[in-house]
Amino acid sequence: MISQAVVTIYFIALLTAEKQLLIIGLLALAVLAVVAAYWMGWLAAANRSFADRENILGPLAGIAGVGVAAYFHDNHFVLLLIVTILLYTIATLGLNIQFGYAGVLNFAAASFFGIGAYTSAVLNAHTNVPHLLVLLIGGLIAALIGSLLLLPVLRTRGHYAALVTIAFALLLKAFLEVNDVLGGPQGLQVKGMKIGGWSFNDNIDFQNIELSFYLSYFAVSLVLLGGAFLLVRRLERSWIGLNLDALRIDETVASCFGLNIARWKIAAFTLGNFLIGVAGALFGMVGGFVAPNNYTFADSLILISILLLGGIGNPWGLVVATAIVVVVPEKLQTLQEYRFLMYSVMVIAVLLFRPEGLLPRPLRNYFPGWRP
Amino acid sequence: MDIGLLAQHIMNGLMVGMMYALVAVGFTLFFGVLDVIQFAHGDVLTVGAFAALMAFAGLRAAGIASRSFLVIAMLIVSVLAMAAVGMLIGRYLVMPLRTAPALNTLLITLMLGTVLRESVRLFYPEGANPKPFPALLPTSSTNIGNFNLRLDNAIMLITGVLVIAGVELLLNRTKLGLAIRAVAQDEETARTIGINFTVIVLIAFAIGSALAAIAGIMNGFYYNEINFGMGLYLGVVGFAAAIIGGLGSIYGAILGGFLFAALQTIGTVVLPFGSAYKDVFAFAVVIIFMAWRPTGLIREKISQRV
Repeated sequence: MISQAVVTIYFIALLTAEKQLLIIGLLALAVLAVVAAYWMGWLAAANRSFADRENILGPLAGIAGVGVAAYFHDNHFVLLLIVTILLYTIATLGLNIQFGYAGVLNFAAASFFGIGAYTSAVLNAHTNVPHLLVLLIGGLIAALIGSLLLLPVLRTRGHYAALVTIAFALLLKAFLEVNDVLGGPQGLQVKGMKIGGWSFNDNIDFQNIELSFYLSYFAVSLVLLGGAFLLVRRLERSWIGLNLDALRIDETVASCFGLNIARWKIAAFTLGNFLIGVAGALFGMVGGFVAPNNYTFADSLILISILLLGGIGNPWGLVVATAIVVVVPEKLQTLQEYRFLMYSVMVIAVLLFRPEGLLPRPLRNYFPGWRP
Repeated sequence: MDIGLLAQHIMNGLMVGMMYALVAVGFTLFFGVLDVIQFAHGDVLTVGAFAALMAFAGLRAAGIASRSFLVIAMLIVSVLAMAAVGMLIGRYLVMPLRTAPALNTLLITLMLGTVLRESVRLFYPEGANPKPFPALLPTSSTNIGNFNLRLDNAIMLITGVLVIAGVELLLNRTKLGLAIRAVAQDEETARTIGINFTVIVLIAFAIGSALAAIAGIMNGFYYNEINFGMGLYLGVVGFAAAIIGGLGSIYGAILGGFLFAALQTIGTVVLPFGSAYKDVFAFAVVIIFMAWRPTGLIREKISQRV
């Protein structure tokens, strides 16, 4: 609980800081603090208490998020960052189902994210479909297009399977670039979200306090993230999660125990793409703009590096890793140019020295607080 | 369609296919000895092309004007440098992860590729812009009907054939090649009969990366332009070619390279939308192909490795 409060306050401080030196200092402080806590054994203690009280601390994390957003209620840029973190987390949660649980390779996550965004661009421009429904449709279309890949994904293994999704990522980008209906290389404008006559792109006046319009997006994203998070957590806990784990660890043994491998792979791949697509659809509306260059193979790699940094299979790790990957380069403007370089060096270091990620996935914890 | 134009398309396809094949042979060599995909391979190609460009600029500044000497010097510098880079990658990034899941190796080399690509972009002078590549090969051409045969293309094509033939000879006719094939077939037995496993693996990495350097220079001479991002595309295509052919088979890799180039050419010539959709077409065919033959044309287990 204390650690959570510390992290929240630190996060606010980091987001408020404007001066480059101060930011670098704060980041160094965080690294030092984490290393120190690791040596002193506090990290393990925090982890344990977290695992024990996840049912309380989960909602608290949401409240902390609301707190951070409320603190920055009139700051467009910071709120946009927070919304980006939330949506990227949803996308990586989807990726986590594929990579982390079922072990299905997907190197085209950004493509499915882009499919969601393009769906919302087209639907908002040409139809009157309610915008919440558009999110759903964005996810469905991503899942549908993903299902075109099912046959090759199911039949191939390992490196061969990696090729299928990589080829798809390149195919989609090439397609979007030359397709004039979808705006070509320039992309499309996306109309903002509207629910029941309430336009999300207007600032909110509440008792003379001007609230940033991103707050509405924040609310929707937070609700979506909560839903996705719950879904993934429940999924992991359930027999479905067990099946997926068995599938990832050893396909042959899993099928000997009577698991239908194809069925679970399909389920994981489709559900993952659905989540990624939903996040993408909302992200398109938030950004107001979609273009092929935002959804390249390199962006898929960023999503995967978030997954690895956080610790494959651990949803909480994903939140932390996404926050790091999204916020650090935005705050360190001097490093903006170098951010791809930085990510890749970071991921190489993690793979070499801590292959299980920053927050490794814990054992299944069926009864919080229970000790044998 | 006119015969001359068709010949032109075939010539272009052969040129591009030669580059793909060279890259794919590298992939298949790495896979042969270590069972890994070295995904930074495409970016090694970029670095090789830029190394050649730097050698060219250096020699030019030193006042050397002989074209053939420049070309040969560029080739030597680039090939040696990339062989060294390949060995370093093999030694310090790929071999330490041998016990880790295959995905980790794939990712670490993907990320290394990003590091190389971004380093070229950020640290080469104005690396973000495409760089003109010197046209050093003789450009005289003969016209046969509508078909325009350029001497430089012919030279490159012949060089490529010679290089591939050389690699083939090396693998199948020398003791070193025997050792590489032994390691590819069974690491433990190879060790037992006194083959130095690490050295052989590193030599394979050196050969593969040197091939990438040659492909990079060829790419530079062919398009007269290089940029920091070209390796990503060529790497993915080379990987696709190696996979279509069947990983671990050198003939499969060559076949796959030319097959992919053929797909692109067909996409350009036959499709009604013209060349814009040629990549969409080629990659779609690759995906469909993977559904049909999940382990490539020449199957891994049955076929001879490397």
